[in-house]
Amino acid sequence: MTTTTVLTGPRKSPSKASASARRLTALARAELILLVRNRSAIFIALVLPIVMIFSIRASLQQIDLAGTGLSIAGAALTGGIGIVLVQVVYMTLVTGYVTRREELVLKRLRTGEVTDREILAANALPAVALALLQVVLLVAAGAVAFDLSAPQRPEIFLAGLLVGLVMMSGLAAATSAVTRTVQTSQLTTLPLFFVSLFASGIFVPLDIFPDGLASVFELLPLTGVMTLIRHGWLGGVEGGDLLTATVAALAWTGFAVFAVQRWFRWDPRG
Amino acid sequence: MTSDDFLSDRTTGGTADAETVIAADGVRRSYKDGFEAVSGVSFSVARGELFALLGTNGAGKTSTVELLEGLALPTAGTIEVLGHDPYRERAAVRPRTGVMLQEGGFPSDLTVMETARMWSACTTGARPAAEALEMVGLTSRTGVRVKQLSGGEKRRLDLALALTSRPEVLFLDEPTTGLDAEGRRDTWDLIRALRDGGTTVLLTTHYLEEAEALADRLAIMHQGQIVTSGTTAEVTASQPARIRFTLPDGVPAGHLPLSLRAAAEGQRIEIRTSGLQESLHELLGWARESGVQLLGLDARSASLEEAFLQIANTQLRSRADDPRRAGTKPTDDTKKKVAA
Repeated sequence: MTTTTVLTGPRKSPSKASASARRLTALARAELILLVRNRSAIFIALVLPIVMIFSIRASLQQIDLAGTGLSIAGAALTGGIGIVLVQVVYMTLVTGYVTRREELVLKRLRTGEVTDREILAANALPAVALALLQVVLLVAAGAVAFDLSAPQRPEIFLAGLLVGLVMMSGLAAATSAVTRTVQTSQLTTLPLFFVSLFASGIFVPLDIFPDGLASVFELLPLTGVMTLIRHGWLGGVEGGDLLTATVAALAWTGFAVFAVQRWFRWDPRG
Repeated sequence: MTSDDFLSDRTTGGTADAETVIAADGVRRSYKDGFEAVSGVSFSVARGELFALLGTNGAGKTSTVELLEGLALPTAGTIEVLGHDPYRERAAVRPRTGVMLQEGGFPSDLTVMETARMWSACTTGARPAAEALEMVGLTSRTGVRVKQLSGGEKRRLDLALALTSRPEVLFLDEPTTGLDAEGRRDTWDLIRALRDGGTTVLLTTHYLEEAEALADRLAIMHQGQIVTSGTTAEVTASQPARIRFTLPDGVPAGHLPLSLRAAAEGQRIEIRTSGLQESLHELLGWARESGVQLLGLDARSASLEEAFLQIANTQLRSRADDPRRAGTKPTDDTKKKVAA
């Protein structure tokens, strides 16, 4: 640990960046310990996405995918990444932020040197790491068990994933502001959960909807991210659609950051 | 600063020589629901001083201290801590202050040591976690989860974190609530030792003996305002001393000398006086001349407790007349509802 540097003298200030990294690591480590000790959160994060992927597969078998250029496995596994983003990142983090706020942990942290951004990021890091791990497993499963190729455009795949992680973390922090208790987070997370599942191309590809409806759905928070991830992994999306997807994804991410700055609550009373 | 300045500063409550470490000027704080918890508070604390904010529950102590800690912006007025705005210039102030909130703020599933280590790693020039825990006597509890600590142990953990930054300025919001008598003594000793080491301390308490035992200067808050402030001696000097006794049956209160401002309740008499010695002399002279025995005679100078009760009672009577406060104060009950 940092004991040795600490003992060399009081108020010795290391560079800003390394101090920030040290604080982030300390907080994220504590959050990781807490996540590991929270069995129900771990269960939801690890087991539910797998269950959901199987149910996506089951529902896809009822649908004619001929016009979409997707195989069932391809649609199910990329949909699985969407599930991970919504459940492992978004839903876990709404509960996480609300818990820390109601326990007055956020307020207590703000009495110290940690910056607001570091607090928000450190809270998100373990869930984000867990999500990344699951994405790696999904890609591996695609290659080994379902005959899918590795991502064809890894840079687009990773960009979509990164934007998705930031957006989901941001929307989670924003949602926590309208969530009074841990219990009500099960309600406040439902709108984005259902909208994303059914209208952002996670459960069913958007192509099966009528054109008018599909172009509205393209503007939903996670649709752009899903398009980027799907194209990055499997290919087959046209340039115009990619542009729309990128703009929509970035716009929602920008909105999420703005919403957090504007409305995030650090104190149950504040 | 010489020790003479130091002492004179203590007694006069701030001289030009003393470095002002905490300054609040005309500070107000309103909550979203419109309730004004702090209604124009001004005071300053000099370096090395131990300043106590006293008040009943709901007097506005915590709302005030949170502003000094930089957790929120005041609705009006200005605050400086170590020459900076503690809210807007957070990075300049935080490394030099230590804060103990009124209530916890630790994840319940971390152990004591994990919590202290996390805090230590987040702090510039930090005391090692083990050292901070030792200072508050938690060494034997390092492996225990926070949720299994007693209320008093949680307070001590909170204090350990506040001390981690080796603070120049220490904010302690009700530091001994929930502690047993021994724990309270230990905490007092620790706070005194820190003060003697040059730490400026601002503490809130509703224990009068705590303020009396620790504070160089104190302010009594009520309904969002400072109603009186100064050293303990100054605050109590403004209050009357009290003489109590019971007259024997058959001696009506009207027989007492008129110069004694006596209040009678049956045969029980209470006299409030700013000249205790004179009044006692007169009373005892009268009793000897009249051959009256004063039963249960009790005479005492004003204590902080009396000053405090006096203020609380006066304000209680006015409370009902103030529509802004009547019924809008968030009680502990409503706070719990919000958290539930």
